[in-house]
Amino acid sequence: MEHMGIEPGRIQFSWVSSAESTKFVDVVNEVTATVKKLGPSNNFVKTKVKVA
Amino acid sequence: MVAYTDKIKEISRRLLKECQVEMVIGFRKGTLPMMNEPCFVKNPEDVDQLVWDSNCGINLANYLTNRGEKIGIIAKGCDSRNIVTHIIENKIKREQLVIIGVPCDGMIDRRRIIRMYSEEILEVEETGGKIIVKGADFEDTLKKADVLQQNCAVCIHRNPVIHDELVADPVAEQKDVDRYADIREIEAMDPEQKWDYFENLLSACIRCYACRNACPLCYCPTCFVDESRPQWVGKSQNPMDVRTFHFLRAFHCAGRCTDCGACERACPVGINMRVFTKKLEKDSFEQFGWEAGLSLDERPPLDTYKPGDPDDFIK
Ligand code: SF4
Ligand code: SF4
Repeated sequence: MEHMGIEPGRIQFSWVSSAESTKFVDVVNEVTATVKKLGPSNNFVKTKVKVA
Repeated sequence: MVAYTDKIKEISRRLLKECQVEMVIGFRKGTLPMMNEPCFVKNPEDVDQLVWDSNCGINLANYLTNRGEKIGIIAKGCDSRNIVTHIIENKIKREQLVIIGVPCDGMIDRRRIIRMYSEEILEVEETGGKIIVKGADFEDTLKKADVLQQNCAVCIHRNPVIHDELVADPVAEQKDVDRYADIREIEAMDPEQKWDYFENLLSACIRCYACRNACPLCYCPTCFVDESRPQWVGKSQNPMDVRTFHFLRAFHCAGRCTDCGACERACPVGINMRVFTKKLEKDSFEQFGWEAGLSLDERPPLDTYKPGDPDDFIK
């Protein structure tokens, strides 16, 4: 995905076991923080076709 | 090339006469110059239509999917690797095949040659590394090495990896070719440039799916783009839909693509969509040391687990 221009950090992978609740919270916080820093995604947005 | 053609005819005739195979899949002359077409020969009397030259870029492994009969198939290096992939993926059985291997020295890039001349090309001949192009009132000689298809110019598996017959002695493999220069160029761009590069690349795509149809890897009974319940991807010309088709197609070929170039060759508008699949081919090579279709005995990296598999993308 990064190859075609999605900013690094917008897509993230992690492995969280159902027993690792604290890790889950950390991961969510980290992901949201990184994505917020990147700002709204302007690419990969499908705009509706305008009908007159 | 004439020697190759004669040998192919001779082997095919023998295989059909001795009933070793029910049909031979090969090439015959197309109706336009530089456009050979696949051909299915079932009778020994018909083998004379078979030809071999530098316009046999279509990947014949594409025609093996789920066939039941015994088949003789002409295979250059990349075709043979796709045949291996087909066997590994249970799309055909090794016992069903008589593989007629053709050591290949590359296919020529039809589009590039057409672009070189303002007039229409009516005839193209080749002799010993030279391509002779003829039009209504011109004639020109090109060096074949200068007009190879991009993927052939950087190919390092020209000889068939499996074969039962071989039409000629193996050719020398190319050494020291830089296979990924184009991909590294894209990798060096920043996200915005990458985005624009692909936007530009795909802007002409008409979503005819010729690239998918030409590819031997794309054999699903219903492709994800054709499915409507559920509909995975929009069917419009919207750039987002087009891009989604392209990157998902590429992902489906990850670790399987042999960079045979059949997809690029098939595109009516001349898009080099190989920059998607080739990135994944490069990743397979760099991260898993994998090149698709080289051996029947090894499972592809994406359907096995090895303790050493790279996992630093997982947090
Ligand atoms: S994706 Fe293109 S280059 Fe790769 S195997 Fe399919 S047709 Fe060949
Ligand atoms: S063959 Fe070309 S135009 Fe057709 S879907 Fe593929 S890239 Fe688009």
